Amino acid sequence: MGSSKINWYKYTSPASFYPLAGKMIPWFAVLTAALLATGLYIGFFVAPTDFQQGDAYRIIYIHVPASWMAMFLYAMMAIYAGLGLAFNARLWSMMASAIAPTGALFAFISLWTGALWGKPMWGTWWVWDARLTSTLILLFLYIGFLSLQGVIDDKRRADRAGAVLALVGLVNVPIIYFSVQWWNTLHQGATLRLGRSASIAPVMLSALLIMIAACWVYAITVTLMRLRCIILEREQHAPWVAQLLGRTI
Amino acid sequence: MNWTQFFHMGGYAFFVWGSFGVALSLMAAEVVLLRRRRKRLLLLQARQAPKMSSLKEYETTT
Repeated sequence: MGSSKINWYKYTSPASFYPLAGKMIPWFAVLTAALLATGLYIGFFVAPTDFQQGDAYRIIYIHVPASWMAMFLYAMMAIYAGLGLAFNARLWSMMASAIAPTGALFAFISLWTGALWGKPMWGTWWVWDARLTSTLILLFLYIGFLSLQGVIDDKRRADRAGAVLALVGLVNVPIIYFSVQWWNTLHQGATLRLGRSASIAPVMLSALLIMIAACWVYAITVTLMRLRCIILEREQHAPWVAQLLGRTI
Repeated sequence: MNWTQFFHMGGYAFFVWGSFGVALSLMAAEVVLLRRRRKRLLLLQARQAPKMSSLKEYETTT
């Protein structure tokens, strides 16, 4: 270890991460398109109709990935915000801000598709049950984080305030995840669970896993795109931005 | 599955297409908005610092 002279902190500076992110975006974008096309194809054309739910079950291919990403992105946002706060590293705080809108989008998609799935299966769009309510709280936490950052002019102060909110709200993530085990809810149990075989046919499972991967790389793609915008906005007076844009424009 | 069956979704067309339609449109809209934001930022930068073509130039002018 001692002999290594790699500067691990290099990519925590916006100036060096900006071009790196730019190189990564096209690859992730292509991967997103490929996975999305494959996942949707298997989900709609290869996977059979469910014997209980008919074709309505196909909503699972967007509902479960969106719900997972909403929870996972919240955890990532809180971790990056916390690291930015602890180490006073602005790139990590910017990363948290870049994740938030996409996380909020997935939380909304989760609730929206859940309502459209709940209506034909449960007979109701919405019910104040543990999982649905905690997911709604997740959406409000994202909105709270975004509006808190929006109303504070000093960006570093906004980062710190957002980090505190994000970290406090982190307690909600395990509540969502375990809600179907801890409480009697209308929402069905987890389809995929660590350490257990999935309660779903293999072809349906593969479509679901590919859709989860698609949403994952989609989130990486748009987060990097937004991160580059945030870097440009916040560092617009830095010499390296002028140098960089002098070359590219 | 033929196309009629595909669009009919066993009677659940409204729910299935309502889910996928909204989800995929929002995701596409996010990409479009981000590309616009980037273009706007680059234009703004170009207007603000039109002659600062290199770091050296920037440093000598400021």
